[in-house]
Amino acid sequence: MFACIHSENVPADLSLTDFAYAFSPLVEETRAGTVVIDVDGCELLFGSAYQLANEVAERAKQSRTNGGLEATVSVAIAANADAAIHAARQLRGVTFVSPGEELTCLGAFPIAQLDYELMGIEKKTAAEIFETLRLWGIRTFAEFASLPVAGVSERLGQDGIRLQQLAAGKTERHLKLKQTPPVFANSLELDHPVAELEALSFIFARLLHQLCAALNAHALATNELQVQLQLTDQTVHERRLSLPYPMRDHKVFLKLLLLDTEMHPPVAAVRMVLLSCEPVKPRVLQNGLFVPLAPAPDKLELTLARLAKLVGEENIGSPALLDTHRPDAFVMNRFVLPGKKTRQQAAVGHRQSLGLRMFRPPLRAVVETEQGWPTRISAWGKQRSVYGKVVQVAGPWRATGDWWREDRWARDEWDVAVAASNRNEPPGLYRIYRKLNSEMWFVEGNYD
Amino acid sequence: MRSALSKTEIESSIAGRFGDAFRIQEKTAPETLSSGVTEVDALTGGIPRGAITEIFGPKSSGRTSLLYSALAYATAHDEICALIDTSDVFAPRAAATAGIDLERLLWVRCAGDLEHAFKATDLLLHAGGFGLIALDIGDVAAKDARRIISSWWYRFRRTVENRATAIVVISEEACTRSCAAVTLELHGNAEWSGNLLSFNAVNVNRCRPFWPTLNESQFRAQAIA
Repeated sequence: MFACIHSENVPADLSLTDFAYAFSPLVEETRAGTVVIDVDGCELLFGSAYQLANEVAERAKQSRTNGGLEATVSVAIAANADAAIHAARQLRGVTFVSPGEELTCLGAFPIAQLDYELMGIEKKTAAEIFETLRLWGIRTFAEFASLPVAGVSERLGQDGIRLQQLAAGKTERHLKLKQTPPVFANSLELDHPVAELEALSFIFARLLHQLCAALNAHALATNELQVQLQLTDQTVHERRLSLPYPMRDHKVFLKLLLLDTEMHPPVAAVRMVLLSCEPVKPRVLQNGLFVPLAPAPDKLELTLARLAKLVGEENIGSPALLDTHRPDAFVMNRFVLPGKKTRQQAAVGHRQSLGLRMFRPPLRAVVETEQGWPTRISAWGKQRSVYGKVVQVAGPWRATGDWWREDRWARDEWDVAVAASNRNEPPGLYRIYRKLNSEMWFVEGNYD
Repeated sequence: MRSALSKTEIESSIAGRFGDAFRIQEKTAPETLSSGVTEVDALTGGIPRGAITEIFGPKSSGRTSLLYSALAYATAHDEICALIDTSDVFAPRAAATAGIDLERLLWVRCAGDLEHAFKATDLLLHAGGFGLIALDIGDVAAKDARRIISSWWYRFRRTVENRATAIVVISEEACTRSCAAVTLELHGNAEWSGNLLSFNAVNVNRCRPFWPTLNESQFRAQAIA
């Protein structure tokens, strides 16, 4: 049996669907102001179907503090969900439609009230059928239901048949149940605060296992894991692990989480752990037979996390050039496995050019000049030094930029060959430059 | 004769327990990656996968140019590459000019920490799937490079063998000892055309190829020619 609850004056801040959940977990939100519930099996809680309908109507009138809607609702009970919907919409109060006697209740309803959308019929098609019925002089559900099925099929097609069954209250369909979206979050409140990472790892493992099992059950994965640690000093330590690809392997998550917690440890002992994730569809990828192997995404993520712990997050990644002529201008992007190359990218082949080894920061140098040309250079740094006679020189090339900014740059660049201290060794090739604003010389790098 | 028979008998009797332990595995020609320089490929046969290739020489000898060339070739052929930059000397703009697809390059900057560089290399080797891993210790002082314990190189060699990854080591002096399958000693010779430093001609001083078709003296003659 199905019960339809219909009301058009429910307060905006209250939900008819939430109200319906108080009576049955199987709820279809048919339209705004109309819900259908499956009441089979509710006898032990509410008595007969008629008693349940009365209970629904009574409780709806009650105040919101008592779980009511503060509104009058129409309730109809029927063996057929669509018959219940039509009855609840057309008849006020509580209506009980006996099984097999649907037409007794629905028969007098005007044909224009037939809800064709319940059958998935388009508005235009339904309007044509209703117009035909009007021309035939068919005005009510009962008149439509009494027409011969073969004739209706011949003249109105399959849509006409479905509408006739709807008018007769003989349709059979499953409720389109409203399902609450699953929540992928697990938390654990600890009896005693935990300060050691090792102890925390067991808690992480347990929560992640549950989280990944839930993702697995819904055939989902996640690309973002959120961790909230409530600490004993009443603060909350929050971390967000973003993954380039959706995953659901709890072992990988655990290792990533532990590495991240090692790099960003909480400032006090932990008294509650909350793990949540944003579910997304899992990654489906078929590699080509002739495409070179690439690192497995989960292994790569773990490796990047370990590298980040080793050398610092800012020191690993994929360099990207900035759209400027400023020397050594680049940003480090997070390294993600690139997709297939476009034809334009593939066309860029390799070119033989001078390899340059940058000195970061540039070496401050003292340069002797003769008529503006460098003749001798000496520069000392912590890691490297450059000194000697300049035996060959090319330049200068003037480069300036960003004159409108405080960090504007203007310099003259030279390529120089500096004689090695050992006569058997060839001269070293360097790029040096002179800042125009300060007249200071620097060694920028070594051609190699 | 008697002892030879005994040896055969012993081997056959315990072969069932230890499998092919007594059979000398034949060395097969490895798959190689091109270095991007035809002459170097002709000399060495390319950069072997599953092995270490060492490129060493003094400053301005063309080590970095050769490395950029190899990386450019590898990234142009859809390989994922990694560069462990011990002294933070990698120049992205020069690399892009050389044709390296920077999106396919994982750059690890170690800020002069040699131990971090070796640990990072080890991590990347174990991750697998990289086509070329370059370890740049070209700016590490020779005395420090000599102190690198051999076990690192043996470990790298063992990890990478039978994999599709090639390791290229850039250094000032030979330091991989016997672990490198290919060793290239470079000697730079700058070419100046007018007011431009145009290209650093690379001379190969010494070469030990992985799959020798010529003996060393023939190699030397060819390299010098």
